[in-house]
Amino acid sequence: MTALDIRAARPDQRVRGGASDWEIIIGLEVHAQVSSQAKLFSGASAAYGGEPNAHVSLVDAAMPGMLPVINKYCVEQAIRTGLGLKAQINEVSRFDRKNYFYPDLPQGYQISQYQHPIVGEGEVEIDGDDGEPIIVRIERLHLEQDAGKSIHDLSPKETFVDLNRAGVALMEIVSRPDMRSSKEAGAYFNKLRSILRALGTCDGNMEEGSMRADVNVSVRRPGEPFGTRCEIKNVNSVRFMAQAIEYEARRQIDVLESGGRIDQETRLFDPDKGETRTMRSKEDAHDYRYFPDPDLLPLVLEPHWIEDVRATLPELPDEKKKRFMSAYSLSAYDAGVLSGDTASATYFETVAKGRDAKLAANWVTQELFGALNKMGVDLADSPVSAAHLGALIDLIADGTINGKIAKDVFAKMLESGDAPGVIVEREGLRQVTDTGAIEKAIDDLIAANPDKVAEVKEKPKALGWWVGQTIKATGGKANPQIVNQILKEKLGI
Amino acid sequence: MAIDETTVRKVARLARIALPEARVPAMAKEISGILSWIEQLNEVDVEGVEPMTSAVEGAALPMRQDVVTDGDNPQRVLANAPKAEDGFFVVPKVVE
Repeated sequence: MTALDIRAARPDQRVRGGASDWEIIIGLEVHAQVSSQAKLFSGASAAYGGEPNAHVSLVDAAMPGMLPVINKYCVEQAIRTGLGLKAQINEVSRFDRKNYFYPDLPQGYQISQYQHPIVGEGEVEIDGDDGEPIIVRIERLHLEQDAGKSIHDLSPKETFVDLNRAGVALMEIVSRPDMRSSKEAGAYFNKLRSILRALGTCDGNMEEGSMRADVNVSVRRPGEPFGTRCEIKNVNSVRFMAQAIEYEARRQIDVLESGGRIDQETRLFDPDKGETRTMRSKEDAHDYRYFPDPDLLPLVLEPHWIEDVRATLPELPDEKKKRFMSAYSLSAYDAGVLSGDTASATYFETVAKGRDAKLAANWVTQELFGALNKMGVDLADSPVSAAHLGALIDLIADGTINGKIAKDVFAKMLESGDAPGVIVEREGLRQVTDTGAIEKAIDDLIAANPDKVAEVKEKPKALGWWVGQTIKATGGKANPQIVNQILKEKLGI
Repeated sequence: MAIDETTVRKVARLARIALPEARVPAMAKEISGILSWIEQLNEVDVEGVEPMTSAVEGAALPMRQDVVTDGDNPQRVLANAPKAEDGFFVVPKVVE
């Protein structure tokens, strides 16, 4: 039997109650949509959207006599994801029927995997609240069907049902209750998302519901065993997840401190009100009467198939981060930011190739990401290509422009999408290394500011003013090293 | 194994079968009879035998390629719906 309770919350993660402090215990069930063309058991499209009921086959609509045939690609993505989560792949797994009634589930049951999932125990490493790594254990990953969509607001007395999602392949990834704060839960969810995206098994698109989480929350006094948990269904953003956890923990603490008891139940998070509320009556909940689906034979994986998939695994975010730290001497923070998704990592490596990697990392994480963030633009649509940003760094390195001008050039690159060399020539921004021009500017300054000359001889620190003024006098284009050198000669310091 | 009337009502509700109260006692008796008949199977020793979930042995689960081959026909899907509107199935209001 696996130990469930392996961590106490750190004292600073505890939540203050009226009489004592409390620990929050969190486990996540993440539903990740497999990035497939067709559904798990039918040939209808799994694409998001579409006209109502256009992506529906008679299998999805559960017409009598229709039989499910499993999509091989979806099975392979479950294997790939399992390997990415360092998990055990079960060579024999099975599909079960999970029975419940709802209009968007025409079969009257969801085909899922209950007793024998395709993937067993694995783990995900996350950065804890204090920066120390934490292992979140994965209990299992199984394949199952998504349900359709019920729309309740088109008519006062009726519900409208669209089955386009019904039967789309989901991977349900179940964690152990190893998280102790909403921040850890968020870090786990984001890490999972970046792993899935790196593997290419789920697009991680939260707006389209490709990743949703059911959040299990309970509280306990330090040193006590786990309390009764509540499950918050279908949370679709990390921000809402944090709100839902904070609210739910506070609610449970209030109930317990006023002498009440927590009932195990399913709750719904209302983002508008920022609260959770009871969703299902307890009576019928979790009475799913699972049994093996007689329409489907056991899923048996040939060992060589698993090995073939293993051989094509890409570099995962953790490995990438370690490589960025060792190969490019980046800080853990920069390496983490740049390895978080494939697009950022590829962009950075293109810029860094053959150049000063730390300088490249600074330009990418601070200047570029900062600007894109402000513009609300994705890296994929960046007006500044990796090749152009690399060329800009080359212009700094070979002394064509100085660091200050480089920022101006970068701003113009963002506006125009032009190459930095083109901008430098067009705007005449080449660094002035012509000592004659610099000397002239300095002579003029000395003549105009006799008091400052006296001051700098007393206090050499005042040289900063002179450097600034000289560069300004050359339109910002003077080479700072040369300016420094000539100033020191001329002022005799 | 005897099934009591409470269990009969619960099973009926889970299966969404309308069961008139007057029929509950008879149903309890009937189901209990069926179960005790099936219980005779408990006499068979199945120690060390894998549960059989399918009558098909030695065959592999057939698989399909990830290609869209179906759909794009909402009229066909909705043809037997008691009520449909704008391409949707329309059912009595259900709200959790």
